[in-house]
Amino acid sequence: MDNFSVYLERILEGLPATLWATGGGIALTIVISLLAGLGLLSPSRIVRGLVRVYVEGFRGSSEVVQLFFFAVALAIFFGLPWNQTAQGLLLIGIIVLGLNHGAYGAEIVRGAVQSVPKEQLEGAVALNFTPVQRMWRIILPQAVVEMLPPFNNLFIQLLKGTALLSFITVPEMFQKADELRAVPAFSRDLWLIYLILLVFYMVLAVLITVVMRWLETLAARRVGRSVPSRERALARGAAA
Amino acid sequence: MSEPSETPAEMIRFENVVKRFGSNTVLENLNFTVAPGEFVTLIGPSGSGKTTILRLVMTLERVTEGTIYVAGEPLSHMPKGGKLVPADEKYLRQARKRIGMVFQQFNLFPNMNVLRNVTEGPVRSLGKSRDEADKRARELLELVGLSDKVDARPTQLSGGQQQRVAIARALAMEPEVLLLDEVTSALDPELVTGVLHLLKDIATTTDITFLCVTHEMQFARDVSDRVMMFDGGKIVEDGPPEKIFTAPENDRTREFLQAVLDRA
Repeated sequence: MDNFSVYLERILEGLPATLWATGGGIALTIVISLLAGLGLLSPSRIVRGLVRVYVEGFRGSSEVVQLFFFAVALAIFFGLPWNQTAQGLLLIGIIVLGLNHGAYGAEIVRGAVQSVPKEQLEGAVALNFTPVQRMWRIILPQAVVEMLPPFNNLFIQLLKGTALLSFITVPEMFQKADELRAVPAFSRDLWLIYLILLVFYMVLAVLITVVMRWLETLAARRVGRSVPSRERALARGAAA
Repeated sequence: MSEPSETPAEMIRFENVVKRFGSNTVLENLNFTVAPGEFVTLIGPSGSGKTTILRLVMTLERVTEGTIYVAGEPLSHMPKGGKLVPADEKYLRQARKRIGMVFQQFNLFPNMNVLRNVTEGPVRSLGKSRDEADKRARELLELVGLSDKVDARPTQLSGGQQQRVAIARALAMEPEVLLLDEVTSALDPELVTGVLHLLKDIATTTDITFLCVTHEMQFARDVSDRVMMFDGGKIVEDGPPEKIFTAPENDRTREFLQAVLDRA
């Protein structure tokens, strides 16, 4: 226990890389999910087919192997130096996290868009909106409400997945903490080291949930609903 | 008669229109015309294809065969190389400008307040300025009796109020043809009369052409210039409301009206 501050310091050294990987991964996941999700709904068969290959490819194969594929195999094949620096490796990690979780996110976006009643689309056609306006102004704002809870799950999965970046030697929290294992004097405290680490991930996951809940409330209010919906029903009952 | 002129002799023309969903034929070789400013009501049992007709005119469905013309111009098809080919999205956007629709389930946008619901179409589709659209929307909301609900959300309104907003929204698009698809069917009974009165006012004070599907026979009788009775995807009787409702010639019309009256 005497070395608590040593352990903490060590893990904190890995925190920036974990935060970058999580933040960057989430940002990329959002962009890819939207593009691929709409791609899955495209009227063009070719677009749907290509996106389907991407989704099944990244969803159906190992994230660890994907990491090695991008960080090692591609780097050697193309003779690129992108795996020479910690930043380069972190960037590869972010790209793989984004591509992997974007494949799951695509299905979330597709499902949420399809859950918007078709009457909304017809109302938009009757007002002569273009297909892009229908999606952007009418369908997506309503679909977002449905997307946020599953995206909350996905982002927490992504956060936890950042530990996999240790495989390609990104100096993130798990990598830094795990290095302590090499010191024989710390071996009796390994339980503490990993416990601190678990708490760190948990706190970050709670932070993600807090932000996502707040966004859910905002999005629900935008479509004239309040969260939780029960309060509204009660309020209306009292008013009537 | 067939030449389109300044004021077309026909606002809507169905020419040999067939609509099938899979192997189910909903409309069978349908031919009819509606004159400008005419109020035509479609009656008939459910599943007789009435709503499909409105959905075809709104371009929510595509014809299987035949052609629909609005104001003398093809709607379902576009001229290309001297022939008519199925219309693409760009052509449809142009063709849809003349047409508005009010739906059974209102179809208001829950992500916008009442004013925005009414202004969004004119701003995005007609290219009106926000100020101009706001001004017109407020006039229309006053017309439908909802001046005080401008900032409300659709979810905060009663069904009747929502349908009034939907009517204002459709009028804001300045349609030449307005389609009314069972607009009172989803309303509580005590709210029906108000909405029907409003529609009657609009029909008598504007030169909009109406195509209306309703189960409100008294309304159909009061406001229609013509009533068309549908059964099995065909027009079985077509005439002025006095005749259809008091002296129908067709057996199916008689049976249908009898059944509707019994229920009321």
